[in-house]
Amino acid sequence: MIGVGKIKQYSNVLDKPLSKGKQEVSLSAFAFLFSELVQYNQTQVDNIAELERRLEDAGYAVGARVLELLCHRDKGNRRETRLLGILSFVHSTVWKVLFGKVADSLEKGTEHEDEYMISEKELLVNKFISTPKDMGTFNCGAFVAGIVRGVLDSAGFPAVVTAHFVPMEGQQRPRTTILIKFAEEVLQREARLG
Amino acid sequence: MAPAAPRSGDAIFASVERVNAELFTLTYGAIVRQLLTDLEEVEEVNKQLDQMGYNIGIRLIDEFLAKSNVSRCVDFKETAEVIAKVGFKMFLGVTASVTNWDADGTCCSIVLEDNPLVDFVELPDTCQGLYYCNILSGVIRGALEMVSMKTEVTWIRDVLRGDDAYELQVKLLKQVPEEYPYKDDE
Repeated sequence: MIGVGKIKQYSNVLDKPLSKGKQEVSLSAFAFLFSELVQYNQTQVDNIAELERRLEDAGYAVGARVLELLCHRDKGNRRETRLLGILSFVHSTVWKVLFGKVADSLEKGTEHEDEYMISEKELLVNKFISTPKDMGTFNCGAFVAGIVRGVLDSAGFPAVVTAHFVPMEGQQRPRTTILIKFAEEVLQREARLG
Repeated sequence: MAPAAPRSGDAIFASVERVNAELFTLTYGAIVRQLLTDLEEVEEVNKQLDQMGYNIGIRLIDEFLAKSNVSRCVDFKETAEVIAKVGFKMFLGVTASVTNWDADGTCCSIVLEDNPLVDFVELPDTCQGLYYCNILSGVIRGALEMVSMKTEVTWIRDVLRGDDAYELQVKLLKQVPEEYPYKDDE
């Protein structure tokens, strides 16, 4: 904000200087907006899988833009090209910018070589959400899964990304785990690069 | 006496939990894009955004009253000031100013100096009729309706449409007397 109360006009959005990304809005403003996103999408579907897919699509659009924005602003137009590099980019950089903190954990799946998990005790989007019993395993984290898929896919790491509740011992609320399953070609390329 | 209502929302904004505005901006963008794909007609999208805003407004007013310590406004002029100075600051972290009052004090403009919804946004030729920020007008309408004021909120100026500011006209249609649906002895 430049203080004089007039917004400078640019003929093209690309001429506008990129913001530093330090601006904030209240968490409730975001929660209200997110709740409308979920409610609207509920009216457009007739089953849970479809609802998750739509939320994921919305997230994907966010993820693709976040990658572009962060690579341009923070990394001098470079992006990660290796598997572990991009995973830690998502777990640290992306998480920190979007959610104000690094994700709680990043783990490799024990059963499958191509699976990785990012877990969060209290995912920002789930903070004010309790899933009704009749909606089964539905997790609004699908939106975040979409963001992760958007970042990965746009960086050349196609993957299937899903969000799951994982009950935690001694905790009232389950944590959310974002499960990333990379496409075969990603692992083949990774193996080739050595 | 009740503590004086705050003249600005700075302190409240500083004390509430906050999130990065870019997450908010991009999420809003994703919503608008989804609506454009689903509804196809720009007019319909405007309507749906307004409806979403209304839904938010009728819930948001509770949080606003609970956290802002604002008591009953004496007139619509004060209401408009409170929305601009406290409301916008408290939720979006930006301030707005109130101008263009009509003679009988029932219609004014809220001008936004900064608008976190529109970062990275440019309207393509196909969306020229879109009121991109229409959700905001819905929020104001919904919130005011919950405190007994029927209003009509319309966009006068929109930077995305080539104007030099964001200006919302808020027009007070009528004040609905409070009704008490409950009986004292219940």
